[in-house]
Amino acid sequence: MSDTQVYYLAFLVKLLVVFTLAVGLVPILVYAERRVSALMQFRWGPNRVGPFGLLQPFADMVKLLCKEDLVPERASKVLFTIAPALTCIPPFLVMSFIPVAPSFALAGREMKGVVVDSPVGILLLLALSSLTVYGLAIGGWASNSKYSLLGGLRSSAQMISYELAMGISVLAVLCVSGTLNLSEIIYRQTQFFGYDAQSGNWAGWNIFAQPLAFVIFLVAAFAETNRLPFDLPEAESELVGGYHTEYSSMKFSLFFMGEYIGMVGISSVLVVLFLGGWHFPGMNSLGVQPGTLPFTLLGLLVFLAKIGVLLFFFIHVRWTLPRFRYDQLMRIGWKVLLPLALLNVLVTGAVVAGS
Amino acid sequence: MEVLERVAFYVMAVLAVISALLVVVNRNPVASAMSLVGAFLAVAGLYLTLNATFLSAIQVLVYAGAIMVLFLFVIMLLNLEREPFDLPGIGRIAGFGLSVALLFSLISLALGAVARPETSARGGSGAEIGDVFFSDYLFPFEMASLLLLVAMVGVIVVARRRKPEEEEEEQA
Repeated sequence: MSDTQVYYLAFLVKLLVVFTLAVGLVPILVYAERRVSALMQFRWGPNRVGPFGLLQPFADMVKLLCKEDLVPERASKVLFTIAPALTCIPPFLVMSFIPVAPSFALAGREMKGVVVDSPVGILLLLALSSLTVYGLAIGGWASNSKYSLLGGLRSSAQMISYELAMGISVLAVLCVSGTLNLSEIIYRQTQFFGYDAQSGNWAGWNIFAQPLAFVIFLVAAFAETNRLPFDLPEAESELVGGYHTEYSSMKFSLFFMGEYIGMVGISSVLVVLFLGGWHFPGMNSLGVQPGTLPFTLLGLLVFLAKIGVLLFFFIHVRWTLPRFRYDQLMRIGWKVLLPLALLNVLVTGAVVAGS
Repeated sequence: MEVLERVAFYVMAVLAVISALLVVVNRNPVASAMSLVGAFLAVAGLYLTLNATFLSAIQVLVYAGAIMVLFLFVIMLLNLEREPFDLPGIGRIAGFGLSVALLFSLISLALGAVARPETSARGGSGAEIGDVFFSDYLFPFEMASLLLLVAMVGVIVVARRRKPEEEEEEQA
């Protein structure tokens, strides 16, 4: 096989793996969400379908597929139909830019653990995650219902407000890493905590070098994925269901899927930027040779475990905190997070330039 | 692979033209705005085929991700319905003249009658663009930031919450 053929074959295989991982995590997340919420509210949760209720997500899926697909009479038909797809596509694309595992050698070629290894990866990630809002905004508008419209409006205002703080908090991390490439950002975080012996640069996880940026990014991540305490676009106590009030059947479940894959995507970005990617203390002393397939799989496991912890945190927060009021949400975004992020960049820049 | 690049170019070019046409043809403001987003994305794809990855990412981030969301927000907030086409006569003539001039300049560029502007083949990565910004184009860059700062201060002055006594003064 020629080099280009190998390249395209590897590309397809990796695409398939990432896509399966992203889709496969959705039913697990739905199940986890229901069980964790039940645990926190001192009840059982779904435990009838299959062992421990594990088959419940599939039963839900069958139910959703069999429901009637309603389109409101005065809705804008085309936009109403493509809106759910618009929420799903960007999170999937985000996953293809995430380096989920270290590279390994196969027949003299280096196989990277990422589908697309772009030199400006982090910018593409931010760009894609900013596109998710169209699905919600358009879905809300096209439904031709006042609750949906309000939900759509809220989502677009919220996304714009929190994107800024998110982008600027990333800027400080880039100052520390000195690169826009996501794989390289991970390769700079080889140690858990400490400096590189040769260059004297920071080589630990970025969460310790940039704790403030981590907190800002985390809060903005909740807002960007519309999770409680920032789920104003679907606030069921005031807007019925918000942007997806008029949706039913598979279109509704696509919105649902988009939200969960978005959570997986944003957790992966957090792991890459702040939590050292696939690195884990003591991983190199296990006797697995770096640069081989077993090491890559080990790295993938570590990465998935880190995502899992973050996802549990997402779910835990949802069932712990009450929803913000709309003016509080705007005040936190513009008057707290944004100035803090700017200050963080200023201080980081001064320290980096000074050293 | 040369063939794939060519295919990508034509797909993106056709998409860009079609969605740009849809922006003008659609009577529904929200559909127009969404077509404009499509046009921006297609142009970002064209940048990618030109190896300008940084520019392409910024195109999506700034235009499709921020500016158009704001557009959409305003359109939805004002709840514009189908806009009637009632341009005054002078506007139509000016628009026609502008399109003819643009078409003429495009054709003369394509025929090679005018010297094409040369661009450097590197200009792809963020580091290179940063280098150029902070050396050759430092003055325009700083001027642009100043302009944005002025706009921002202006917005804050207009939108700030006034004290009751100030409002009375303004009304008096």
